[in-house]
Amino acid sequence: MAHTKKSNSQLFFDGLLTENPIFRLALSMCPAVGISTSVMNGILLGVAVLFVQVFSSCTISAIKNYIHPRIRIPTYTLTIATWVTVIDLVLAAYLPAAYKEMGIFVKLIVAFAIITMRLEMFAAKNPLIPSFWDAIGMGFGFLFGMVTLGAIREILGSGTFLGFDLVGEKPLLFFILPAAGFFVVGFMMAIFNYMDLVFKRMKEKKG
Amino acid sequence: MVKVQRQHVLVGWVLLVGLFLLTGCDSEHRFVKRTSFKGTNQIVITFAGPVDEPWAKKMDHYAVYEKQDPDIVLGLAGVALSQDKTTVTLTFQETLNQEQPHVLSVKEIQSQGKSQGTALLTVKKVYLGYLLSVLLGAMIIKNFVFTKYLGLCVFFGTSQKKSTAVGMGVTFTLVMVASAMMSWFMYQFVLKPFRLDFLQIVVFIGLVSLSVQAVDTILRKVNPALFKAFGVYLVLVIANCIILAVPLILANSEYNAFESLMLAVGAGGGFLIALFLMSSVRERLEVANVPPTYRGLPIAFITAGLFALAFMGFSGMSLF
Repeated sequence: MAHTKKSNSQLFFDGLLTENPIFRLALSMCPAVGISTSVMNGILLGVAVLFVQVFSSCTISAIKNYIHPRIRIPTYTLTIATWVTVIDLVLAAYLPAAYKEMGIFVKLIVAFAIITMRLEMFAAKNPLIPSFWDAIGMGFGFLFGMVTLGAIREILGSGTFLGFDLVGEKPLLFFILPAAGFFVVGFMMAIFNYMDLVFKRMKEKKG
Repeated sequence: MVKVQRQHVLVGWVLLVGLFLLTGCDSEHRFVKRTSFKGTNQIVITFAGPVDEPWAKKMDHYAVYEKQDPDIVLGLAGVALSQDKTTVTLTFQETLNQEQPHVLSVKEIQSQGKSQGTALLTVKKVYLGYLLSVLLGAMIIKNFVFTKYLGLCVFFGTSQKKSTAVGMGVTFTLVMVASAMMSWFMYQFVLKPFRLDFLQIVVFIGLVSLSVQAVDTILRKVNPALFKAFGVYLVLVIANCIILAVPLILANSEYNAFESLMLAVGAGGGFLIALFLMSSVRERLEVANVPPTYRGLPIAFITAGLFALAFMGFSGMSLF
């Protein structure tokens, strides 16, 4: 087993920025497009994914020696499904209004590629502590992506931030439209690509 | 080749016309546009023009009975006329048996002082039309990719080439139908009677993996050629959220077996349409002069956004 040599903080920042699930790995796009209309939605779904990611990573990492390699994928799926059921029932009980707005997406966390991928690539090969930090990093990376998208769409679309009025009017109503999610994600990816390009040029100049 | 295509087109037209004849034309009087059931104990009559209020409000002018026993006239509880005076809603004292066609006689329709004659109408549930509307609704009006934003990972992953897109779409539809029917059965007959609703997610994801495995095994044994063409996409199907979304939607809404089947076929067909449209555009984009920062996924997302805007035009549309 190839244990990771990265330090905990490095694992965390990898997930947050250089391997950001939404903008860099382009995984779990459905919620990024579907319900990023407000910051609050982004925060709630982000927290739900963070919860599921951390708990399933820790579970798999703890029992990894007892899983037969051939049935590992079904095991991952069922572990994730169990934790999703937990967060689904908790949200439905304590935040019914927000839960209704997010609709089916909370239950669909099961099918998010990012969680299964982290279990397969990281948690199944590494001890508990690094797996925990990797999961925290990925979870916060997702949260960060969702909040960024939500902030852009909410400020441009309805002129508010977390419900507080910022602009006093609705600058570009287009961004609150469901279809605008595709455009915002596309533009954000292009911006990340552009930053990558600029950094590369700067390095070349130095070298 | 051309001849075969013409035949296909002809068969298509005949089917379309047949469906419209079957579902569209149920008007039996020149002044009555449409009759339908509403709720559990109401019948709505839509007239071609405004009718006179004093005439419409009188209950004696309406008589309704089930087609098989004309002696039992159903008791009316109330009559309501809409604002524009073209629709009349009849409320009955008891719940109507909507599986049976009802005969409705409307005496001496009065419109702007003139009599339009007596109408003998049949009211029935257009079930085939309803099924078709569920199918087309899931396929186009509420397309899962462009209006519900589901299944995007696989959508962007496999829409680079037309052949891949069609392969993925067909495989997906097959698995979709199998898993949706299994989960519908499981939910209606096991989870619901035993109050195990909270196990939805665990059970559905298990059934989805099971049906993927089943399709894999069956296809490998029965049709190796087909398996060679579509086998690679089977793994990707599990990672697609639509396949889990459809059982969850079915669990939320009270669909029966046929409606569930239509929803599953519609979801699969809609995904196929979306993949095909997208791959056609992306094949062109390959040779287009795209700015370097937009190459690959970003431009694909913006294209999908344009498609989504176009599909918004369908929203709120209702058939039949």
